[in-house]
Amino acid sequence: MADNNSGFFANPLVKWIEYRLPVFSTLDHMVGSQYPTPKNLSYWWNFGSLAGLCLVIQILTGIVLVMHYTPHTAMAFDSVEHIMRDVNYGWLLRYMHANGASMFFIAVYIHIFRGMYYGSYKAPREILWWLGLIIFLLMMATAFMGYVLPWGQMSFWGATVITNLFSAIPLVGEPIVTWLWGGFAVDNPTLNRFFSLHYLLPFVIVGIVILHVLALHQHGSNNPLGIDTKGPQDRIPFHPYYTIKDAFGVGVFLIFFSFFLFYAPNYLGHPDNYIPANPLVTPEHIVPEWYFLPFYAILRSVPDKLGGVLLMFGAILILFVLPWLDTSKVRSAKFRPIYKQLFWVFLIACIGLTYAGGQPPEGLALVIGRACTIYYFAHFIILLPLVGWFEKPLKLPASISEPVLKA
Amino acid sequence: MAGTATQKAGTEPTRRDFIVVAAGAFGAVGAAAAVWPFIHQMNPSADVLALSSTEVDLSQIAAGQSVTILWRGKPVFVRHRTEAEIELARKDDTAALPDPQKDADRVKKPEWLVMMGVCTHLGCVPLGQKGDFGGWFCPCHGSHYDTSGRIRKGPAPLNLPVPDYAFLNDTRIRIG
Ligand code: HEM
Ligand code: FES
Repeated sequence: MADNNSGFFANPLVKWIEYRLPVFSTLDHMVGSQYPTPKNLSYWWNFGSLAGLCLVIQILTGIVLVMHYTPHTAMAFDSVEHIMRDVNYGWLLRYMHANGASMFFIAVYIHIFRGMYYGSYKAPREILWWLGLIIFLLMMATAFMGYVLPWGQMSFWGATVITNLFSAIPLVGEPIVTWLWGGFAVDNPTLNRFFSLHYLLPFVIVGIVILHVLALHQHGSNNPLGIDTKGPQDRIPFHPYYTIKDAFGVGVFLIFFSFFLFYAPNYLGHPDNYIPANPLVTPEHIVPEWYFLPFYAILRSVPDKLGGVLLMFGAILILFVLPWLDTSKVRSAKFRPIYKQLFWVFLIACIGLTYAGGQPPEGLALVIGRACTIYYFAHFIILLPLVGWFEKPLKLPASISEPVLKA
Repeated sequence: MAGTATQKAGTEPTRRDFIVVAAGAFGAVGAAAAVWPFIHQMNPSADVLALSSTEVDLSQIAAGQSVTILWRGKPVFVRHRTEAEIELARKDDTAALPDPQKDADRVKKPEWLVMMGVCTHLGCVPLGQKGDFGGWFCPCHGSHYDTSGRIRKGPAPLNLPVPDYAFLNDTRIRIG
């Protein structure tokens, strides 16, 4: 094995290293010429690597921000302003990090919806799907704690409201909240521990991403047709075909990112976070960052404290059992006439939730929020199991290359 | 003690099985004990716990006015209630209350309402003299409190809590 691999590479230095430490062959099997990939992947398959790119950007910009940031209630806000005004390119690095978080969520949300459309969560990819959801949960925790660090009004009140969610748990709720805070309110101990965890969790995410990729390679990528590859005629090597396609995607994505970074760096943020935290005054209208809005809408659409909290967490946890709620054996929505339509209605419900989450919880927004919340859960609990039984799928092609060769 | 590796089908557990299980259990208890400091360090430290108290001078607060004091990192409302507010609060003792409590049980002197300014839903600071019941209104998710600080409408489950406080004399209280 080791002999074979070191023979595979031409460069003598690479050969010499490979013979002792098989890094090059490992990489080649991960994302290189030795990773066979379905030949029909569309641009929707770019978002996994884009999410990985975002993670790298967050870690690099985060590490250099920490060189100038001070995690103390008396100094945090000023140290972020110091980064913005005094540190060389500090404004760029901070805007990269703040907008990078939004870009990360855009990539991951598209990646998740891609998985839903093409049935990528179905056997044998259930654990792959779970690992993705764990990454999503860790990302949310990381982004939430990062948003607390600048210690503005939204930082403080966001932290207060979100940690208070745990007070809804019967009996142990209050002690848990005190434990999270390290005091009787969000204060310096809270800021310190959030800083520690905000630094740690991205590296935990890196670890889970490695497992995610390992699980992916066990059965290979799904594809727009949702059928298994049947032989070499259905596959092409990852390198150079998809490395170049991913690289092109990176270019487009960076242009999109740069638009926000250079022309609208505060568009996705909230102006109140440029006001220092004040524990005596809650901002008139507190909203989380855009990527939390759907879940915030679900929380607020229930007029009961515990019920709202349970439903909000349930909205994510239900995704873990999606592989079993969807009873259809056909993966891709291309061949599922009814599911295909339900997918788009579901997407609209999610957009409705995002809208409702950003409005004050009254009037029409509250009605929209409630209707979309009901639909969100009905989609998973009622529609998916039923459609799997009643829908008559279209005829699947015999292989990925068959329709192409016939044409 | 069934099912350890050395046990063969149909034989009695051996002394070795016992040692394996006992050692494993001992190790598990030891590990659990070692985890506790790592968990407990997140609880409030001694300086945070050290009883803090705050005194408030009431003589400057006219009827119909309130002040907000920071106590243990949280706001406390001290309101000099008007006659009308007191009357309304007492009248509502018999209304349908999500968290039933008499106005008299929430005050030491009827004209002075002292309570935490922390919404029992998710912890925002409610706005004074707003909402459907003339008391407080929490803008975060729409909870309405009455002139006694009792929850009347919205997602909050409980009345605004009354902290420990004592009248030092007619115009001074100590909170905590
Ligand atoms: C999963 C990856 C990460 C995400 C999603 C994330 C997200 C965020 C967010 C949303 C903020 C608030 C930005 C603002 O409004 O100012 C923030 C701030 C911050 N983050 Fe991260 N972050 C990540 C990784 C990291 C890492 C690895 C580090 C350190 C090594 C770090 C260090 C910081 C620092 C020092 C701040 C405060 C300065 C500031 O507010 O700009 N972050 N992060
Ligand atoms: S925090 Fe007051 S209503 Fe939610």
